[in-house]
Amino acid sequence: MTLARDQVTHVAMLARLGLSDEEVERYRQQLDAILAHVDRLQQVDTSQVAETAQIGGLVNAWREDVRGECLPVEKALANAPKRRRDHFEVGAIQE
Amino acid sequence: MAHGDAALAAGGDGDAVMTVTSAVSTLDQVMQRWEPVIGLEVHGQLLTQSKMFCGCSADYIGSPPNSNTCPVCLGLPGVLPVMNRVAVEYTVRSALALNCEIPEHSKFDRKNYFYPDLPKGYQISQWDMPLSLNGHLTFTVDGEEVRCGITRVHLEEDTGTLQHAGDILQQARSSVVDLNRAGVPLMEIVGEPDLRTPAQAREYLVRLRQILVYIGVNDGNLEQGSFRCDANISLRKHGDTGLGVKVEVKNMNSFRAVHRALEYEIVRQGRLLDQGQTIAQETRGWVEAKGATISQRSKEYAHDYRYFPEPDLPPLHLSAAFVDRVRAGLPELPQQLAERLQREHGLSAYDAATITAEREDARAFEALVAAGVPAKAAANWLMGEVARLARETRIPLPGSGLGLDGLASLVKLVETGTINGSTAKELLEELYLAGGDPAAVVRERGLGQVSDQAELERLVDAVIAENPAAVADFRGGKEQALQRLVGGVMKATRGRADARVVTGLLRERLAP
Repeated sequence: MTLARDQVTHVAMLARLGLSDEEVERYRQQLDAILAHVDRLQQVDTSQVAETAQIGGLVNAWREDVRGECLPVEKALANAPKRRRDHFEVGAIQE
Repeated sequence: MAHGDAALAAGGDGDAVMTVTSAVSTLDQVMQRWEPVIGLEVHGQLLTQSKMFCGCSADYIGSPPNSNTCPVCLGLPGVLPVMNRVAVEYTVRSALALNCEIPEHSKFDRKNYFYPDLPKGYQISQWDMPLSLNGHLTFTVDGEEVRCGITRVHLEEDTGTLQHAGDILQQARSSVVDLNRAGVPLMEIVGEPDLRTPAQAREYLVRLRQILVYIGVNDGNLEQGSFRCDANISLRKHGDTGLGVKVEVKNMNSFRAVHRALEYEIVRQGRLLDQGQTIAQETRGWVEAKGATISQRSKEYAHDYRYFPEPDLPPLHLSAAFVDRVRAGLPELPQQLAERLQREHGLSAYDAATITAEREDARAFEALVAAGVPAKAAANWLMGEVARLARETRIPLPGSGLGLDGLASLVKLVETGTINGSTAKELLEELYLAGGDPAAVVRERGLGQVSDQAELERLVDAVIAENPAAVADFRGGKEQALQRLVGGVMKATRGRADARVVTGLLRERLAP
């Protein structure tokens, strides 16, 4: 299977990556190799293996509904690229 | 039902077709030609103490901006979410109340998209193995029973909130983000497209909200957004079984807004279809001020979510014992309660539905009856004067000064004939906030009814003697003249006589 260039640009768009034409081609080849590897894995007979998303064996790893400490506002905002008073500031969003 | 129509005319949507159309079908006309198919998605915040995956408070309203966050809900690198057991339990409780099946295995997934209110770049949600499936909700609209399927109830996390700087959205240069709400447990209830009218959609929401509030998992506040609704709506020819192109409508924050937005969409889509045009599959936002839905083109790409299993959360394995325990903890649901009140206390279907609309009212009713107040009297007081005072003072009866015991004592004074209805209303008004023992107040002020027969007869004779004109009118056949005489006696007793007894005495005295 061969990945098309527009599939790469679509994925790049979803990931908010601006790629040059060269990069699109470079990543197309790399992603193609990754997919080819997955294709090989697909050939393994798994008909006798239960489908699962995890193999750690843990289930119901939950906590009790108890409140804990929050961060001080200054710390919460410490890494904000931009802030306005006690908010994170971002480019205008039009809903 | 010209709502949708009027709204459409005033819409000014910017859709050119709306302004050049010559077909001006009303809602009723459109609905004769087209059948609406409506499915609702409801999001309800769960009333837990802490957030879904961290210990920050789930009660964020009123907190200073960004004061209710931690590395987990801020999405900082290297943190791990741990699920809130009570949120899982509340979701299962809701699902059981909605007649869902609870599969033994379920898991969480990542729903990937970029939006500034979503700090991680993905929302932890459930995709192919939700906590519950295949439920239904039945209710009655205009005497017709409606059964709406529930596709699934699943658990996810809420996002932060965005505010737009500047008054006019289009001119805003930046937006600001508050992450206090990010990570609050959010339950999504996906309904089947089984609803056929805006009235059915509204009633479905009313009933759903009522159930969630009853079982204590959600506070049902549409305005503040703890209970939110999106609608999918399409039209098709009557008798067709396929589905038309659906439009998703968002931003409706009241039952009335849902009703109006759906009416608007039915008329808008109906007119387009009548003209042979096709409906664009899109998301539209309800704009209350315009009374119209407006296309939200900014979210065109939003539907490629690339769900995959959340690697940081081990799966759920809910045993039959767990589910049974949650089921055993379910309180009586509103419909069951209404049926029981009809059966046990002889309430009418209407009274029972009204009394059970809010769980507090139903509790108050049962407490009054338990205290010895006759059922009909308890229902009437709660639905009438008490409901009015609760609305006006914004304080429900249990929190008022008078309280349940005070009301029970007051109503019993009426039932035993100690005071009359109008005295009771005045006392209720006075004591509702201030509190006090109605029986003591009646004793102290001598508000008890004049029940001494001789005293009443004396007063009646005096009023007859003082009002020869009214007497003559009544004897001449003017029935209303009797009310003037009754009024005279009531005035003489400062409202403390039983008007029925007085009326009877007057008729006796004036009989030819």
